[in-house]
Amino acid sequence: MAILEIKNLKKSFGKVEVLKDVSFEMNEGEVVSIIGSSGSGKTTFLRCINFLETADSGKIVCDGDVIFDGKSVKKMNAKEIREKQMKFGFVFQQFNLFPQYDVLTNVTLAPKLLAKERPDFKKNKAAIYAEIEAKALDLLSQAGLSDKINNYPCQLSGGQQQRVAIVRALALEPKIMLFDEPTSALDPELTNEVLKIIKFLADDDMTMIIVTHEMQFAKNISDRIVFMDKGVVAETGTPEEIFGNPKTERLQHFLSNTKL
Amino acid sequence: MIEFLHTISRIIEDLPSVTMTLLGGFGKSIEIFLITLVLSLPLGLVITFGSMSKIKPIKWLFKTFVWIIRGTPLMLQIIVVFYGPGLLWDANALPRLTAVLIAFVINYSAYFSEIYRAGIESIPQGQYEAGQVLGMTKTQVFFKIVLFQVIKRIVPPMGNEIITLVKDTSLARIIAVEEIIMVAQRYISAKALIWPLFYSGAFYLLFCGILTLLFGYIEKKLNYYRG
Ligand SMILES: Nc1ncnc2c1ncn2[C@@H]1O[C@H](COP(=O)(O)OP(=O)(O)O)[C@@H](O)[C@H]1O
Ligand SMILES: [Mg+2]
Repeated sequence: MAILEIKNLKKSFGKVEVLKDVSFEMNEGEVVSIIGSSGSGKTTFLRCINFLETADSGKIVCDGDVIFDGKSVKKMNAKEIREKQMKFGFVFQQFNLFPQYDVLTNVTLAPKLLAKERPDFKKNKAAIYAEIEAKALDLLSQAGLSDKINNYPCQLSGGQQQRVAIVRALALEPKIMLFDEPTSALDPELTNEVLKIIKFLADDDMTMIIVTHEMQFAKNISDRIVFMDKGVVAETGTPEEIFGNPKTERLQHFLSNTKL
Repeated sequence: MIEFLHTISRIIEDLPSVTMTLLGGFGKSIEIFLITLVLSLPLGLVITFGSMSKIKPIKWLFKTFVWIIRGTPLMLQIIVVFYGPGLLWDANALPRLTAVLIAFVINYSAYFSEIYRAGIESIPQGQYEAGQVLGMTKTQVFFKIVLFQVIKRIVPPMGNEIITLVKDTSLARIIAVEEIIMVAQRYISAKALIWPLFYSGAFYLLFCGILTLLFGYIEKKLNYYRG
């Protein structure tokens, strides 16, 4: 069964129709890359999936749970939205680390706040916090950041910051990771350290949607590629199909303007 | 030369009593300063939220209020608060100090609100969104992420404004509240002495110096990170 199923998603900003009827499906453990020229709606698509934007119509089913239905009149309250958001981890192009906290706190802040909602929190506070910290340290060490746990974001390179941001998202154990151009704000020599982590997650069977301009990387890592153009999924297929045998003229045109 | 020495010795002779008298006046200045600060710091935040409201009429109401308060002299505002009610409604005049405090609190709330607003609006949207996708509530995002960054950003302009407030307290004498300048001026008419007025500057200097050091210290403490 598909872990994520999106049907006829539409989204406009004012008069501009940014997503025009996007449908999409993915299975657990699948890695899907979204490619397409700038302004084609890739970011908006990701943001609609985890409620940073609210789509106008369509339906999103995640893990058998209808998380969005444009038809239902009922407006979700903040708490419901939050619960659904938690199914996803989101990695921003601009990292968005919290500058006033060191690396470890950036990772543990949200899990610790969430832990307060656990019924056994008062009784086991120390143990719960210790567990959260141990897990954060473990993830940070896997990301090669063990020696940076007490540094502030401003003391890190862009690549290190993005690795912290990825760890921060992973610490909440999301079902699906969403990456919005995770290496676009990085110098070329720093992109590899971030891509390596994403590759590591893919090998670990993490379910991921990655918006990227790194074509070679998308080709190597993805089970499937989605090409978006002007707010629609213009073509989708395996990396071999998309890069080796593009069917639509739009994709051919896009690829001829993009270096592999 | 003899004349000069004579003057100096007179000043030295009068110094203790003048100092004590001026200190009394400066006490009133500090009182106005502290009460204004304590009341206008939180009131400013209320005005900030008002002027950032999504409800248009509320937003424009607060914006107009800030425009009027910042667009007219504080001295005039003191006079209006003190004499206005009597002229308009035949009401009894407020006690002088109360009138001064009302005018000061309103005035400084408006200025502080603009500093707060600039600080809040300077925090990138990405900080809110990062908190949101990590499952934080709006309240948690504001108190755990945004507020600290806002405070760091507004410390320098707040320090500036607060130091201005120290000196603005001298405007209270326009309705005869006996702050330090008014007390010092009395030496001119009563004893033909001008130097106490000059001397009063030293009190401001000292107090503002302490505030400057304090704000410098806070700024340094908050400077452990960039951004
Ligand atoms: N919040 C917004 N308000 C208005 N227009 C927006 C907003 N976000 C995105 N857009 C517009 O939607 C279109 C698609 O944007 P985006 O999803 O960011 O594309 P991509 O990520 O593929 O570059 C662009 O034309 C952009 O200007
Ligand atoms: Mg984008």
